Amino acid sequence: MEPDVARPMFDTDELVINMGPQHPATHGVLRVVLKLDGEKVVDADVVIGYLHRGVEKLSENRDWTQIVLLTDRLDYVASAAANLAYVETVEKLLSLEVPRRARYIRTILAELQRLASHLVWLGSHAMDIGAVTVFLYCLRERELILDLFEEYCGARLTYNSMRIGGLPQDLPPNWDKKVLQFCDIQLEKLVEYETLLTHNRIWLERTKGIGVISAADAIAVGLCGPPLRGSGVVRDVRKDEPYAAYAEMEFDVPVGTNGDTYDRYLVRLEEIRQSVRIIRQALGGLPEGPVMAKVPRLIKPPAGETYHANESPKGEIGYFIASDGKSTSPYRLRVRPPSFCNLQALPQLVRGHLVADVIALIGTIDIVLGEVDR
Amino acid sequence: MIDLLVIPLIKIVIVLTGVLITVMYMVLLERKVQAWVQVRLGPMRVGPHGVLQPIADVLKLFVKEDITPVRADKVVFTLAPIIVLVPAIIAFAVIPFGDQVSIFGKPVPLHIADLNVGLLYIVAVASIGVYGIILGGWSSNSKYPLLGGLRASAQLISYEVAVTLTFVSVILASGSLSMVDIVTAQKANGVWFAFVQPLALFIYFVGALAETNRSPFDLPEAEQELVAGFHTEYSGMRFALFFLAEYANMIVVSAVATTLFFGGWLRPFPSVAFLHFLDVVPTWIWFVVKTFLVLYLFLWIRATLPRYRYDQLMRLGWKVLIPLAIANIIVTAAVKVALSD
Repeated sequence: MEPDVARPMFDTDELVINMGPQHPATHGVLRVVLKLDGEKVVDADVVIGYLHRGVEKLSENRDWTQIVLLTDRLDYVASAAANLAYVETVEKLLSLEVPRRARYIRTILAELQRLASHLVWLGSHAMDIGAVTVFLYCLRERELILDLFEEYCGARLTYNSMRIGGLPQDLPPNWDKKVLQFCDIQLEKLVEYETLLTHNRIWLERTKGIGVISAADAIAVGLCGPPLRGSGVVRDVRKDEPYAAYAEMEFDVPVGTNGDTYDRYLVRLEEIRQSVRIIRQALGGLPEGPVMAKVPRLIKPPAGETYHANESPKGEIGYFIASDGKSTSPYRLRVRPPSFCNLQALPQLVRGHLVADVIALIGTIDIVLGEVDR
Repeated sequence: MIDLLVIPLIKIVIVLTGVLITVMYMVLLERKVQAWVQVRLGPMRVGPHGVLQPIADVLKLFVKEDITPVRADKVVFTLAPIIVLVPAIIAFAVIPFGDQVSIFGKPVPLHIADLNVGLLYIVAVASIGVYGIILGGWSSNSKYPLLGGLRASAQLISYEVAVTLTFVSVILASGSLSMVDIVTAQKANGVWFAFVQPLALFIYFVGALAETNRSPFDLPEAEQELVAGFHTEYSGMRFALFFLAEYANMIVVSAVATTLFFGGWLRPFPSVAFLHFLDVVPTWIWFVVKTFLVLYLFLWIRATLPRYRYDQLMRLGWKVLIPLAIANIIVTAAVKVALSD
């Protein structure tokens, strides 16, 4: 009997599997459709929109001050960073000069926020790879940051901590000492996380050479923030287009060489150290003076449009705002969310890796779905 | 009649209840140890320091709705957890918990059965459990359980080879397959096999971690990857059976490790004469203490290490542990031959 040549020897169908939205590792609101060949990922398709709340459209019906509240809910792990980028954009539109003390305090808040965000990232990333203990250690230190924020602005997650023209209030008494104390604790505990991970053989095997993206590819796909720097591109908005008080601060921009998950991990850990350095400098040189500029009660920027970007913990967060000069709310507000831009790289990163790596890679690009979906 | 039926039955009842209670409290101990490592308190609400938590857990699982997915293969789906749990429990039949004791002047050995192929029996029984896992994953008729089941079968089979090979070197050292004889051989030797066969102990322990699906080899149920692995679709008491089996297996492998490598019921340094006062402690207490120390290692490792990836795990098993185990057998055999001449 003639063998049936048209029929393949094995059943080689690809298995299509839904990772999320109901999946313990996809933050509840991300869906990744994976095409699997055995356990190998042939292709991945990211489906977003589960947390869409229409922040951009809502902004067109809120007045300029109210929008700060909406920005809280973008990257809810780092709301102060989103606040800061927004108020600076409006200040740019208004050509408003912000008092120096306010700029310093903003820098401190933004860097504390970076620490908090990176701690959440490190914890959840490590937990996704199976090191649950690191997660709880990280949240322990983040708790201290939340306490500091609570003392400053009363909130623990959605801070609403910036105002157009400055800050809602000056620092509470002794707050600076507590921050310095926290800085010491953080550096000490960082060593603890590193003991558990940095030279751990299993951690190395799980992160080295996983999700490699070259510098050129990273730029082409529009990566920003730590994932971009992990590929060796020196780009940090804080250095390149300084805002707040960053022009007066001294800090290094860590970059990786291989562009893999391990390098992105090292870059973020070093950023934690640099953040502590910036906070110490800013507290040391904290100028006296008011924390709020003279701003009219009803803000009505002149007609025009502008774009302004900040370095949020996730990457470059930018706002494009158009004002028609007549109404008390923006004509159009567009957010450039770093998580959204970084998430685009996911299919490229996971192709050819195993299911287990998909989880590690979702972790390594550090997304917050509130910001992706807006 | 008494020797043949009553005493073994009493022993079986004692061992069975003992094992099940230990399993329940292992779950609590695991949560507590994890919590202490992670600067938390762990369960604190049910009873003082949460000591009644296991009872609450079991009650909860009993009253939970037991769901069978519509498209599951019902017979196999029901059978799978039983196939996993039963071998885990019957393996205790050959474990010697202590030396012979005399009750009312009657000598009673503290084990249910002393098979002359006890070690072989353990290997045979332990390998049945994997069928339950594969069948459970397959019969759920769902994608994640299927992937979990596949991973589990590959992992268990490959690590069983390494573990069984370490048994061979222990058999060479003791000259017997009977669990009781292995312990008495360690007494005659005057030193635990942990010191005679350190490499075998290491391979056995790593293999045991993998065989019981424990971190860092807990891939079949890696919750961040495969939701819950092979038991994703299970709920209620059937889920509880898988859960019990996992912990029962942990106790089995720890008890086997104690018997083979840590001198079973023997006191530390069995040949050192001036430590005779330690003989006051009943032998089974030594056994329980040693087993719990091994179990504690399992928990400690889980709290410390990240998880291996599937392919790395297979590589470690086939390319590192199995060759090492074979080399260990050859060296052991050569030394034995050289000494006997």
